[in-house]
Amino acid sequence: MARELLKGNEAIAEAAIRAGLQAYFGYPITPQTELLEWMSKRMPELGRAFVQAESELAAINMVYGAACTGARVMTSSSSPGISLMMEGISYIIGTEVPAVLVDVMRGGPGLGNIAPAQSDYNQIVHGGGHGDYHLIVLAPASVQEAVDLTVLAFDLAEKYRTVAVVLLDGSLGQMMEPAELPPMRPVKTTFPEWAATGMMGKREKRNILTSIYLNPPDEEQTNLRLLRRWQEVEASEIRFKEYFMDDARYVVVGFGSAGRVALSAVRAARAEGIPVGLLRPVTLSPFPYEHIRKLAQRVEGFLVVEMNAGQMLEDVRLAVAGQKPVEFYGRLGGVMPFPDEILSEIQRIASGGLTLEGHPRERWLQRMNGKN
Amino acid sequence: MPVQGRIVVSDLYCKGCELCVAACPQHVLQLSPDRLTAKGYHPAELAGPGCTGCGICAVVCPEAAITVYRQKMPTRKAAEA
Amino acid sequence: MVMEQILPEEIVYQRPESLVEVSTHYCPGCTHGVAHRLIAEVIDEMGIRDRMIGVASVGCSVFAYNYFDFDWVQAPHGRAPAMATGIKRVLPDRFVVTYQGDGDMASIGMAEVVHAAARGENITVFFINNANYGMTGGQMAPTTLPGQRTTSSPGGRDVETAGYPIRAAELLATLEGASYVVRRSLHDPKNIRLAKKAIRTALEVQAQGMGFSMVELLSICPTNWGMTPVDSLHWLEEHMVPYYPLGDYKVAPMVAQIRI
Repeated sequence: MARELLKGNEAIAEAAIRAGLQAYFGYPITPQTELLEWMSKRMPELGRAFVQAESELAAINMVYGAACTGARVMTSSSSPGISLMMEGISYIIGTEVPAVLVDVMRGGPGLGNIAPAQSDYNQIVHGGGHGDYHLIVLAPASVQEAVDLTVLAFDLAEKYRTVAVVLLDGSLGQMMEPAELPPMRPVKTTFPEWAATGMMGKREKRNILTSIYLNPPDEEQTNLRLLRRWQEVEASEIRFKEYFMDDARYVVVGFGSAGRVALSAVRAARAEGIPVGLLRPVTLSPFPYEHIRKLAQRVEGFLVVEMNAGQMLEDVRLAVAGQKPVEFYGRLGGVMPFPDEILSEIQRIASGGLTLEGHPRERWLQRMNGKN
Repeated sequence: MPVQGRIVVSDLYCKGCELCVAACPQHVLQLSPDRLTAKGYHPAELAGPGCTGCGICAVVCPEAAITVYRQKMPTRKAAEA
Repeated sequence: MVMEQILPEEIVYQRPESLVEVSTHYCPGCTHGVAHRLIAEVIDEMGIRDRMIGVASVGCSVFAYNYFDFDWVQAPHGRAPAMATGIKRVLPDRFVVTYQGDGDMASIGMAEVVHAAARGENITVFFINNANYGMTGGQMAPTTLPGQRTTSSPGGRDVETAGYPIRAAELLATLEGASYVVRRSLHDPKNIRLAKKAIRTALEVQAQGMGFSMVELLSICPTNWGMTPVDSLHWLEEHMVPYYPLGDYKVAPMVAQIRI
């Protein structure tokens, strides 16, 4: 396959189709609507299921139903729509059926705006729905990576019978970049043994897929099973990218677009001779805690860069555990950081602006005074 | 002579709701005064003769607890022979 | 010599195969059981148990899946028609049914059922209307009658503040996508037989790909109504049937051709 110029949202849609997507259910919301539009044309063309639902609530529950048949199924939305989907996500996890979710984040809270943001980190990574659960969260920083991670999301969701999320911001969804699409995989023709497909003369016993365990010890067992499976995910699925890290004394940590902008800043800092590297977590969940903990033993300090008020920051701090200073720089509400903003933060840190005192968010807030 | 029938009420399912007792056109059903199911209900039963096997009790039973039997009427040919 | 003739017996009625051999959690006399039985009988008669996928709802019928011997999924409150849509679109040759109460379908799930009907989704909705929220202990439902006392309308439903009950069958019948929308009652043998016929028709509609079908079944809730089961049947007939008239609200021309 040759590289072609693709828009993020459409590239994700086509990648999902080529990964063997059997059913898509969604609801229009900016900045992910092109994804739904692409599906509305391509899925019927291929004889696969597409429904524009009456709400995100309905869309996620259509996904839930289709997931119970074991089909490859997905939905996509943006932040406010994802909030509405939290109910269904919790049920899908509780029922242990696989599904893929794409969240093209925008500014919030509330209706917010349609500009790129990363403020769904907490609701996706730390769970916006009820109950104890973890999602697999993949954060691309380019259209090509969005394509690759979309395909991976289906495989991981099926492998662990869970929900895998591709989490990106609106700028990546809207961006056009050269990327190579995967080859078309054949659509599955069989259904898993556990699925609710009708017995069809193949099974003696009926399959019941439910998330209700009225007897508390049974619910506890279910929770333990989910947790043990999550331990397997943590053991095998942590992914991250590193840049200029071999001799780095300072580490910038950023995911998705913020990580990508930070890379430009890191390059510029390297040109100035500052020994700084970039760690870009690709799986936000499972999070590379252990890797960051070890990094903290050899570097002098961290700078976390996000398009939110420091949501991943708390996970980095948890990993660093006070070993080394952590600083934060964020832009909010749909504002993207420029490389030179991050560069000046790197310069400040490299010239002694590191401390173990206080909270990085408070220092950042003080520095933000008069900036906006 | 009217058709004769009988019913068997499953103690596993019957909850003694009395809907069959009220619906029986022959008024031959009752809740057993002395028997109890494992769940502690007085199950429905035939109070005496007169069941025609009409099946109304089974139609109203919320528990699908009743099996209804009816004597097979001899065919006219068999009767004439 | 006259011999007493022992006539052979035939079984007039026995428990349908599509019901699992377990006792239900429903209260004595609850007509959920009648609705379950009728659905199971129709499925047996049509020989479609192997192709059935049920979608259970939230409310007293949350455990419906324990009682029917075929595949089931369990929907979040009100979302059964959306889940059924997802299943049916992936497996269009299966029979997909939802089983929902009045709180589930006519309150929290109104959007899902309306849009499933509007899309002409080829699924069947069994809607149990017993004029209150049974499972949570008898609160006011969207179907609670004016003046009806419940645990959340202790002075009787006041239409000034709580509005009027929703006639779901009439409402759904206005939608072009709905092919078969009827209301039946489970309060006496005649009406139970009519209810069974409607359930059969609804599943035939689905078998023939004619689109959305819904059977509303007026039902009793003796425990929360504070009456005996027999008194509850009378109350249903006297109070519910006048507000919720029985009948066919939408029978698409092609559905009218179905002969059972």
